[in-house]
Amino acid sequence: MVELIGAVAVAGGGIAGIQSALDLADSGLKVYLIESTPSIGGVMAQLDKTFPTLDCSMCTLSPKLAEASRHPNIELMTYSEIKEISGDAGNFEVTVTRKATFVDPDKCTACELCLAKCPVKVLDEYNAGMSKRKAIYLPFPQAVPRVMTIDAEHCIYLTKGKCGNCKKVCENDAIDYEMKDKDEVINVGSVILSTGFAPFDPTELEQFHYEHLDVVTSLEFERLLSSSGPYVGHVKMANGETPKKIAWLQCIGSRNPEIGRPNCSAVCCMYATKEAMVAMEHDSELETTIFNIDLRAFGKGFEQFYQRAKNETGIRFIRSRPSGVDIDPITNRLSVRYEVEGSTETACEEFDMVILSIGLTPSESSKKLAEIAGVEMDEYGNIATAIDAPMTTSVPGIFACGTIVAPKDIPDTVADASGAASKAHSILASARGTLVTERIYPPEKDIKEEEPRIGVVVCDCGINIASVVDVPAVVEYVNTLPHVVHAYEQTYACSTDSLDNIKDVIKEHNLNRVVVASCTPRTHEPLFQDTCRDAGLNPYLFELANIREHCSWVHQQEPELATEKAKDIVRMSVARVALLDPLYTQKLDFNHGGLVIGGGVAGMTAALDIAEKGFTTYLIEREPELGGLLRTFTRLQDGRTTGEILDPMIAAVTSNPNLTVYTGTTLDEVEGAMGRFKGKLSNGEEVEFGSAIIATGANEFEPEGYFGYGSDNVITQSALEVKLDEGTVDAKNVVMIQCAGGRNDERPYCSRVCCTTAMKNAIRLKEEDPERNIYVLYRDIRTYGVWEALYTRARELGVLFMRYSEDDEPIVGDGIVTITDKLLNDTKFEIATDIVVLSAPLVAPDGVEATAMLFKVPIDSDRFFLEAHIKLRPVDFATDGVFLAGSAQAPKLVDESISQASAAASRACSILAKEQLETSGVISVVDAEVCIGCGRCVEVCPYGAPELKEVEVVTEEITYITRKSEIDPAVCKGCGSCAAECPTSAITSRHFTTKQISAVIDAFAFIDGRVEEVA
Amino acid sequence: MAEFEPRIVMFCCNWCSYAGADLAGVGRLQYPTNTRVIRVMCSSRIQPTFILQALKDGADGVLVTGCHIGDCHYIDGNVYTEERMGNVVDAMKHLGLEGRVHLEWVSASEGPKFRETVTEFVEQIRAHGPSPLRAE
Repeated sequence: MVELIGAVAVAGGGIAGIQSALDLADSGLKVYLIESTPSIGGVMAQLDKTFPTLDCSMCTLSPKLAEASRHPNIELMTYSEIKEISGDAGNFEVTVTRKATFVDPDKCTACELCLAKCPVKVLDEYNAGMSKRKAIYLPFPQAVPRVMTIDAEHCIYLTKGKCGNCKKVCENDAIDYEMKDKDEVINVGSVILSTGFAPFDPTELEQFHYEHLDVVTSLEFERLLSSSGPYVGHVKMANGETPKKIAWLQCIGSRNPEIGRPNCSAVCCMYATKEAMVAMEHDSELETTIFNIDLRAFGKGFEQFYQRAKNETGIRFIRSRPSGVDIDPITNRLSVRYEVEGSTETACEEFDMVILSIGLTPSESSKKLAEIAGVEMDEYGNIATAIDAPMTTSVPGIFACGTIVAPKDIPDTVADASGAASKAHSILASARGTLVTERIYPPEKDIKEEEPRIGVVVCDCGINIASVVDVPAVVEYVNTLPHVVHAYEQTYACSTDSLDNIKDVIKEHNLNRVVVASCTPRTHEPLFQDTCRDAGLNPYLFELANIREHCSWVHQQEPELATEKAKDIVRMSVARVALLDPLYTQKLDFNHGGLVIGGGVAGMTAALDIAEKGFTTYLIEREPELGGLLRTFTRLQDGRTTGEILDPMIAAVTSNPNLTVYTGTTLDEVEGAMGRFKGKLSNGEEVEFGSAIIATGANEFEPEGYFGYGSDNVITQSALEVKLDEGTVDAKNVVMIQCAGGRNDERPYCSRVCCTTAMKNAIRLKEEDPERNIYVLYRDIRTYGVWEALYTRARELGVLFMRYSEDDEPIVGDGIVTITDKLLNDTKFEIATDIVVLSAPLVAPDGVEATAMLFKVPIDSDRFFLEAHIKLRPVDFATDGVFLAGSAQAPKLVDESISQASAAASRACSILAKEQLETSGVISVVDAEVCIGCGRCVEVCPYGAPELKEVEVVTEEITYITRKSEIDPAVCKGCGSCAAECPTSAITSRHFTTKQISAVIDAFAFIDGRVEEVA
Repeated sequence: MAEFEPRIVMFCCNWCSYAGADLAGVGRLQYPTNTRVIRVMCSSRIQPTFILQALKDGADGVLVTGCHIGDCHYIDGNVYTEERMGNVVDAMKHLGLEGRVHLEWVSASEGPKFRETVTEFVEQIRAHGPSPLRAE
């Protein structure tokens, strides 16, 4: 038995690696997050907006970057690569090469003085080579860690021994030209591979003329759209003009076996639609055209997004795969030649710009890493995994997630990443908490009886603030404010030596409150709060005055007014800090058990993943048997029987000592909140648990009223599978109809799985009897990702495909199906058929509304559960402690359900693994004496934190029973809505009390001369 | 006296509009210097008395901002903000302070919208002139 090491190496600092790292770190495991570039963030940091909500990518990503960089259990190893892995599951030695950055990370404050003086210009990778950066650089404005890196290849000093400007101007002496690459050996129990993909390089496809400056890749176009991009969000052509017509060409480097890229890249149809939509938001006159083979809008909300793009935004979708791009030899103008759908004619159309929708390909570095790890690869160059173990590689203890496994979008990547974390956590459960470090702070100073003694640091931020705001004048002014004991200027308040200095000043001047006037609290408050704690001050006795983002940066032309504004901002902060109270979190004991509703593959996987980590788990299934939807199907896409994965899973679930299974049982009542749920089962038993996972799955729709369903020879795909298993398909001619009851007004979503299921069954039918005629009538074939191989295989076997349009559906008659084929010039065909197989969508089962009510979680208009955030929190609900998995969230394939289920388990266990639950200090509290029990707070609270409780009130004359509100500190999130609503001001919203906010408003009003009279 | 410079109190929620203001800063989007931001966790914390107090203290206008409906970090806190501020805006009409209180949603990704919102409100208040409550 090897000694288990409670640490995990996560290779790759994109969104996948970050998510794995956060889950593991929250669960009490030490994480080394290894990233080859100077910053974590990956490709997501380069994206402008994300489909289908058009959320800003950086806005949702950057809090995760900050969280990863601050987490005490995560050690960031950026600009580092794995060189060697040895050892076995539970105990690996990983050699990591840390490349020399030539900048001391402890000294650099990213002030950017060096940037101004560096004479070298290099193509900027972040802007996809469309702008220049310096040889010393920060990869992008929100980069983490915020430390400069010198590009050794281009630095004049490092290559020729001349220049040295950066070292000369650096005020913190952070530049170290002598720095060398060095190897470091880390000891971990598990390794997660998440180094992602490489964007396809279209140079080899010469017919698309990528060398033309107005032919750009989709990733380059993301940067053109981005306000932090090369033209601050204005899309421009090479000649500087604004384009009027843009074309997107899909499947560049995807669905192309001739160049060894047979897979679908799964994301391009959606990102192209998004890019066209955003480009049209920028310029409403713009004409956009997307040339596609099938528009693959298969994920949650995608189909609706596509329909909106097509019908409301006016994006032209042309179903054709252009053979190339032509360049007019005289005008240099671009045109696209394409076949007009349904005819043999070709058309040619001019465009100002052509965007190549490039695919996701396995990266060279990922391949190298796979070799170092010794894991098997599949035929496409991805890391090989199986449907029933989608994060598990061929080497025990080494897991993989994200696009290193297969092309996938952000939410699937995030789910995968949490899933991989769950697998690593499972094998290291007994070593949990052994390698984490808890910070020790000095005892806290009691300030209750003290008058405020405020220290104020006004930061120059190099020249970021000082070039606009007259900082000495602000300092002089601040020194006149009431309670201010000491104010001083600092070049960089956030540098390590400045932080030490703040601690000294706190002691020297016996300060009990601190204001730093610098940048935004959203990034820097935790850092300064930590400094206060180190000096024995409660962290809530601190206030950041934002005179950079809200002042010097936005008033660059008005230094005098900006200086006045800076004085006001600091004065308001001083007024606030004087009234701040020390706040304390509460640590509460809680129930460390999990409960999973739904005993399909998702529910069983989630329950097993929780139980394997040592937590008591209940699995509730309302049917008499476990297995869920998969019981109605007989084969998987990889050819195995469904029993091959269901049987061992059911055996594992029923034999796990931590797991109690209730079949034929429902959960009827739930009360409480995260950490202390109490539930009542239909058999009368009561269960207690700390966290819950909803995995109630989906059913195949009964396509009543569609395509003659109900007559003997019209069946669904699941019924066909049963017949195939029995060997009772007695048919020479088979017609399959896709989207039977789906993608229509009643069910506007795409059901995601049906195309893959149809391919799987069409292949089975052909393999059983090659003489059979099989017709698949479809609207779009959506065999996304690696399942494109099934579509190819079906075509090779002679399965025939005919496209119909939604306003001219096939008609099923007696032994005959009539279809107008869009591919063949709207020709009407009558197909003789023995059976018709309908690909009906998956639908949410009965009872989802009741389950939603139990936990007060939302469902969407298609009756699927609605996650907290469609991109970055795919398995979380907004309600703490409740998670979702599998087709309950939206239809999905088995491997996706399993990955999501492990993800939900990982998220749940990151809570269950804690010793105690810690409440926030910033919460609301009720003064029972003032409360009149009106219940307005109960109405406005989104979390159900306040509750009216009956209390006995004893006065001098009488004793009576009345109702008073009480707020549960474990549930309150501190929004303060209840305090604003309370008619008697009985509720105090801590850290944002009425008194504190009022003082700030008053401080706003007091122009110079009036300060004293207020004080 | 020089040209009238409006003095405006602006409330921002931590998750959306404050972040939008930060983004305007990162993008160096220039706007007038007349606003002073008070940060709260959620716009639903802003009780009507804060608005009245700011006006009484001499603010020429109060600009309340938060997440777009549906984007609230606290699920639906901003729905209550909308209701409360609607009432305040109505009341202003009866008090001769019409147009001095405004509610606008600004997301964390809308730096340009933050700039526009501030710029337009400053111009609106400039057009209204000094608040009658302003003590000079």
